[in-house]
Amino acid sequence: MAEPFVKIRNLSKSYWRGGRQVPVLAGIDIDVAEGEFLALMGPSGSGKSTLLNLMAGIDNADTGTIEIGGVEITSLTEAELTAWRSDNVGFIFQFYNLVPVLTALENVELPLVLQGLSRKERKERAAFFLGLVNLSERTDHYPGQLSGGEQQRVAIARAMVTDPLLLVADEPTGDLDRRSAEEVLELMEKLNREFKKVIVMVTHDPKSAERAHVIRHLEKGYLNAAP
Amino acid sequence: MLLLKILFRNAFRHKLRTILTILGMTIAILAFGILRTVVDAWYAGVEASQANRLITRNAISLTFSLPISYAEKIRQTEGVEKVSWGNWFGAYYKEEKNFFANMAVDPKSHLEIVDELILDPAEKSEYFKDRRGAIAGRKLAERFGWKIGDIITLKGTIYPGDWDFVLKGIYMGRDETVDESIFLFHWDYFNERMKVQNPMEADQAGFYIIEIERPEMAAAVSGRIDAIFKNSLAETLTETERAFQLSFVSMTEAIMMAIQLVSVVVIAIIMAVSANTMAMSVRERLAEYATMRTLGFGAGTVFLLIFGESAVITFTGALAGVALTFPAAGLFRSELGQFFPIFIVKATTIWLDLGAALVVSLVSAVVPAFRAATAPINSALRRAV
Repeated sequence: MAEPFVKIRNLSKSYWRGGRQVPVLAGIDIDVAEGEFLALMGPSGSGKSTLLNLMAGIDNADTGTIEIGGVEITSLTEAELTAWRSDNVGFIFQFYNLVPVLTALENVELPLVLQGLSRKERKERAAFFLGLVNLSERTDHYPGQLSGGEQQRVAIARAMVTDPLLLVADEPTGDLDRRSAEEVLELMEKLNREFKKVIVMVTHDPKSAERAHVIRHLEKGYLNAAP
Repeated sequence: MLLLKILFRNAFRHKLRTILTILGMTIAILAFGILRTVVDAWYAGVEASQANRLITRNAISLTFSLPISYAEKIRQTEGVEKVSWGNWFGAYYKEEKNFFANMAVDPKSHLEIVDELILDPAEKSEYFKDRRGAIAGRKLAERFGWKIGDIITLKGTIYPGDWDFVLKGIYMGRDETVDESIFLFHWDYFNERMKVQNPMEADQAGFYIIEIERPEMAAAVSGRIDAIFKNSLAETLTETERAFQLSFVSMTEAIMMAIQLVSVVVIAIIMAVSANTMAMSVRERLAEYATMRTLGFGAGTVFLLIFGESAVITFTGALAGVALTFPAAGLFRSELGQFFPIFIVKATTIWLDLGAALVVSLVSAVVPAFRAATAPINSALRRAV
C-alpha cells in the first residue's frame, strides 16, 4: 500500500483562554492519499480550522506529528516552515484575503516574487493561471472592483500559481452566493482532477462537502471514525 | 517592484490620515529648523570669532573704560602683533526702533585686524581720509537705502546729541558668517567731541582688539597684558574673542536652552502623532500581513514594508519642511534682521532635520512592525472579517 501524502499521528492542540487551557484537538490520526479531495466538517469550535492550519504550517501543534509529502513539518523551524509553505501549500480563505492595493494579476504574481523568477516569467505565469480561472479579462482590476466569486477565483489562481503539492481551503464558499459557490467548487474539482492537487477543505455546507472524495467529521476535537 | 508598490500604495491608502500626518511632520521639521537656526544665529558672533584675536576690557565691567595710553603698552607686550581700540557708541538712526551695532574705532588698525570686512580700496582710502567718514555693512546700507556720500545723522544715547557722518564705504563680509549690519566710524572724531562735550570721557577706549602671533599663545599673552595693568586704577581683563562673545550669549543661555528644548519637544509630539498613524494603519492591515506571511514572506519583509511606509510618510513631510525652511528663514531674516544679522540655515540643521525624520520614522514603525511580523498567523488572519 502506498504511503499517504498527508500523515498525521496523535495530534493535539489546546489554547489558553482566560487563564484556562482549552483542548481543541485531541489525539488526531488521519491520512490523506495522493490526489485525494478531503472535506472536514463539524460544528463551530470542533477544531476543523485548527486542524487545517496545522496541516498548512501556520500553527504549531502541542504534541504529535504531521508529515506532508515526506516532510515532517512539525520538526521544522519557523524560517524553514515559512519557506516550506511558500513552495508546497496554496491557501484559499473564506474572505479571499487578496491584497487590495494590487490588481488581480499582481495578486496572483505575488507568491512568485519568492520563487526567483524574472518579471516576465512571473507575469506570464500569473496571466496563465488567471486564464485558468476564466478571469483573463479582469487582470487590471483591483479586488474592490471584482465580485466575491471573482475574488475567490483570483485567490484560487494565487494558490495555484506556485504549483503547490497541497491546497488548503477554509470555508472557500462561506461568503459566496450559491451560483458563485458552485463555480468555485467546480474549479476546485477541476484542480484536483486535472492537476492532481491534494485538497483539504473545511466547510459547514454539506452540499459543498459532497464534491470531496472523503468527508471526515470533527466533534469537540475528536475525529469520527473513517467510513 | 511589487513590494515597493504595496509599500507606496499602503502609505497613501488612508489619504486624509496620511496627508494630515505629512502636514504635521512638515510643520514640525519647519519649526525645528527655524528654532535651531535661531539658536545658531544667537551664537553666530561666537562662531565667527577668530582664534588669534584677544579682547581687553576693564576688569570691573564692560561699562567702564580704559585709558587710551594702554594701547602702546599692549603693543609692546611679547606675542602681540597688532592693536586696535574702540568704543561701543549705542546710537540709533532717526527713531529708536532703528537700532543697530555702531562703534567708534581706529579705522586703519581696526580693518587690519578685523580683516573679514572687505572694503573696496578706493572706499577704504576715502574712509581713512575723512575724520567724519564712516562705513556700513551691506545689509545695513540696504536696510536704510544708504549710498556712498550720504550724510547720516545718528542720535546718541550713551553720548547724547546728533552725530553727523559721511558714508565713505559699504563693506561686505568675507563669508556669510560675517555680520554685515555694523556701522563704524573714526574714534578720533568721537574723542575730539568728547574732549569738548565731556572731558572725563575723552582719551578713553571701551575695549582693545589685539591680534596675537599664534592662537596657542592666547592664554600667555592675556596673562602678560593683565599683569602689566595689575594694581593700576583701571585693571584689565583680557580674554579670547570667543570667550568675550560667549560672555554676552551666556546671559541669555536659559532662553536658548528653552528654545532648544522646545525644538526637541516639537519632534517628540510629531513622533507620537506618526506612531499613532502607523499603529492604526498596521492594525487595520494585520490580516494582509498575515496573508503575506502565509504565502511565504518572512518577518523581515513585513518589517521592511512597515518601516518603508513609515519612512515614505515621515520623509515626505520632512523634505517639504526642509524645503520650506529656506523661504521661512528668508522671511525671518527680512523681518527680524536687526536682531539676527546672521540668520543662515546651516547644513548641520538640515542633517539634524533628516536625522529627526529618521528617528521619527523608525520609532513610529517599530512596535506595529514587531506586532505584524510576530503575531500568530491564524489569529491575525481572523482580523480580515
